[in-house]
Amino acid sequence: MTWRATFNKTMSSDPEASASNSSSATTAPRAIVAGHGEFAAGLVSAVQQITGRGGQLIPIAVHQLSVEDIEDLLRRRMIEYGVRVIFTDLQAGSCTMASRRILRGMDDAVLVAGANLPTLLDFVFSESRPAPEAARHAAERGRAAIAVHGAALTGGEGR
Amino acid sequence: MELFRIDDRLIHGQVVVGWGQPLDIGFIVLVDDTVASSDWEQELYRMGVPPEMDVYFHSASDAIAALPKYVADARRGILLTGDIATMQRLVDGGVVDAVNIGGIHSKPGRVQRLRYVFLSPDEESQLRVLASNGVNVSAQDLPGARSVSLPDLLAGSEL
Repeated sequence: MTWRATFNKTMSSDPEASASNSSSATTAPRAIVAGHGEFAAGLVSAVQQITGRGGQLIPIAVHQLSVEDIEDLLRRRMIEYGVRVIFTDLQAGSCTMASRRILRGMDDAVLVAGANLPTLLDFVFSESRPAPEAARHAAERGRAAIAVHGAALTGGEGR
Repeated sequence: MELFRIDDRLIHGQVVVGWGQPLDIGFIVLVDDTVASSDWEQELYRMGVPPEMDVYFHSASDAIAALPKYVADARRGILLTGDIATMQRLVDGGVVDAVNIGGIHSKPGRVQRLRYVFLSPDEESQLRVLASNGVNVSAQDLPGARSVSLPDLLAGSEL
């Protein structure tokens, strides 16, 4: 069973997600999410749980793949789904390196490296914008969404 | 120089974060003929490392002459090659006494020997030659992982 088939099955068994999914929200793929380990599947799962819009995101894992194979896989998925946006986890990661090679000379595409959950949540709700523009907007939201609470705010322990 | 590493992904998350942070790595020497001849490729890899870490690029032939300077550097460093043959050339230069196999990924003609190491018969022979030259060859993807000796690696007993 493919991830998407598994994902759809999961969606239909989740009352909260099903409720969200019954709205007019876009579920057509608009971006790829790729990174280390199960980063992509985990984040997309979280987006789905919160919004029911996880279908806009295509999670890709790259276990055991060479750099060339990662680039080939991402390129094939971009063509297959007709998307021009890639979210990755780490600036130094292999998925980011591969994506930058793919995007070289591709003026209408956008890569967001260092993506987090707030980034993806903003993206899936920016349906009225073209996906690359939505990705740039989402990156700013994701950057601004990082907050530190507790002792770090006062600069010392025990205060 | 803390590590002479063969890793076909070159600079990526495991190197910069996984090894770089716990070992307090100050510089990376990337030895690859293709990267050394391309400003774009060098910028791609340079982008992946934090500002406090320097990256130096060399072709295999240039690296042999430059190695003593890096070995004498007071900072901790990692030298990377993308394949065994390039590392063999550095070993022939006389400075390398231990080689870390950090990642050689799946390709046609290769057999899996570890989760992150796939080898062709020619590559296995190259590793045996390295060892026969007195080089300590082992596989270890991360500092906290178990180091796998060359005999165990080639036997596939750690799979």
